Amino acid sequence: MIEVKELCKNYGSKKAVDNISFTAENGEILGFLGPNGAGKSTTMNILTGYLSATSGQVLLNGIDILEDPVAAKKNIGYLPEIPPLYQDMTVDEYLNFVYELKKCRLPKRSHLGEICELSRIDDVRKRVIRNLSKGYRQRVGLAQSLVGNPKTLILDEPTVGLDPKQIIEIRTLIKKLGKNHTVILSSHILSEVQAVCDKIIVIDKGKLIANDTAQNLSHSLGSDNKLVVQVEGPSKEVKELLEGISAADRVYEIRSAGKNVTEYEISAKNGSDIRREIFRRMAARNYPILLMRNSELTLEEIFLKLTTGDFYGKSEGDR
Amino acid sequence: MTAILKREIRAYFTTPLGFVFLAVFCSLSGLFLWLDCLAVESSAMGGVFQMMFFVNIIIIPVLTMRTIADDKRQKTDQLTLTSPVSLFGIVAGKFLGAFFVFMCASTVMIIYAVFLSAATASVDGKFEWGMFWGHYAGLVLIGALFISIGIFISSLTESQMIAAIGSIVVNIVICLFDIISSYISNATLSDIINSLSVYYKYSEFTQGIFSLKNIVFFLSIIVLFNFFTIRVIERRRYV
Repeated sequence: MIEVKELCKNYGSKKAVDNISFTAENGEILGFLGPNGAGKSTTMNILTGYLSATSGQVLLNGIDILEDPVAAKKNIGYLPEIPPLYQDMTVDEYLNFVYELKKCRLPKRSHLGEICELSRIDDVRKRVIRNLSKGYRQRVGLAQSLVGNPKTLILDEPTVGLDPKQIIEIRTLIKKLGKNHTVILSSHILSEVQAVCDKIIVIDKGKLIANDTAQNLSHSLGSDNKLVVQVEGPSKEVKELLEGISAADRVYEIRSAGKNVTEYEISAKNGSDIRREIFRRMAARNYPILLMRNSELTLEEIFLKLTTGDFYGKSEGDR
Repeated sequence: MTAILKREIRAYFTTPLGFVFLAVFCSLSGLFLWLDCLAVESSAMGGVFQMMFFVNIIIIPVLTMRTIADDKRQKTDQLTLTSPVSLFGIVAGKFLGAFFVFMCASTVMIIYAVFLSAATASVDGKFEWGMFWGHYAGLVLIGALFISIGIFISSLTESQMIAAIGSIVVNIVICLFDIISSYISNATLSDIINSLSVYYKYSEFTQGIFSLKNIVFFLSIIVLFNFFTIRVIERRRYV
């Protein structure tokens, strides 16, 4: 479990982290989302004791990272932005070194073997790290963070430099690890956070601007039910038909989606289901519906809304 | 600490650095042995030690230049500093690693001495072992001192080149203390600087004098510079 209380970090007069508080429970995967330079890496560096905060407190399983750093650090596995690899060592030598450095007590051979299998670096164990590709280095870095089976994993952009297949593998691995570890991962890839994390924290310019589950986030922002439909037929008439639905609030023509096909966004009045009504009206005129889907906000949209300040102003009143 | 120490020693010998250090130390000391002892049929190794003192000023910084600077540049300090190891353990590991390589090199002096003593015995001469051990103790202490300075300077920069040059300059300055003091007219100031003179304390060892005062002097400066290194690393977290 990680508790962060009112964390601040100043670089000179620049506030890199500005009063951030959150908790991550055991068995929870927490996603840090923010644009480059938002303060994600700085926060992670503070959590792991690499940097110290200007003010605020970090508790790892109840141990203050400043008061008892050695005990607190025993429970952390950290993969920094740039994997901390010694270029002149082989993967095996490196993992052995980390094993000793972390004063690990688990049976060495089987433990390291297991880690290499998990992070899929079995086939490069005898190779010198300098000669590995970026993807492999990233995975050796991930393997390093797993040594000693720490309760808390802090991963700074763990999938950077991996190919799509590896990304899926690593995400599956992180999800698996999340069942019995506390995992914090940062990313600016929104779909990644959405796919992996239970809880999402959005940071911008050092400030925490949202802290919620992925579903709640999209709910609170896109509370009015929106539908997207593509209909083949004269756009003016179709629009009028749609506007004629009593439960429909507003109808927008989004774009033309082909010859004689138009895409509309329809917001329904508080939670009423207008899908059947749309179907009947279009069927009556013989205008085929080519697509109909819920237009829940994607994380991209949430993110843009949050960071451009839209939501921020609104949420201050809400909370 | 042992993990860091092992990794340091391994790093010296998987890269050319450790071997280059040993080679330079052995070849130069061998050259001076020939010039000072073998060529003139003398068994006094004072001259060899004297020359190695100056050689160490330059080659030890090369040995220590990468210790902390390279960790910082390659970001591997993010691993060591977030591991359950104390800063003392990290610095001690780095210090002992470099000291180990230096001791490997300096063992060659003992080999020379054994050889010379055998050679002197064969012509019914007597090899001055007391004198030799005095020189040797001085060499070891000055080596450890230069290592602690080198690691300290290495902790101040990310560039190995700057670390090496910086350490060489510092080494030269502290060895010039007794010359500097002779140019200072103020007696008290001159005394203070003179009492800090590393070279003067070193030369007492070379006369075969093992004074506790001098040993404590060297050890405390070594500890002091290692302490500075710890402080520098600690301070970086707050910047």
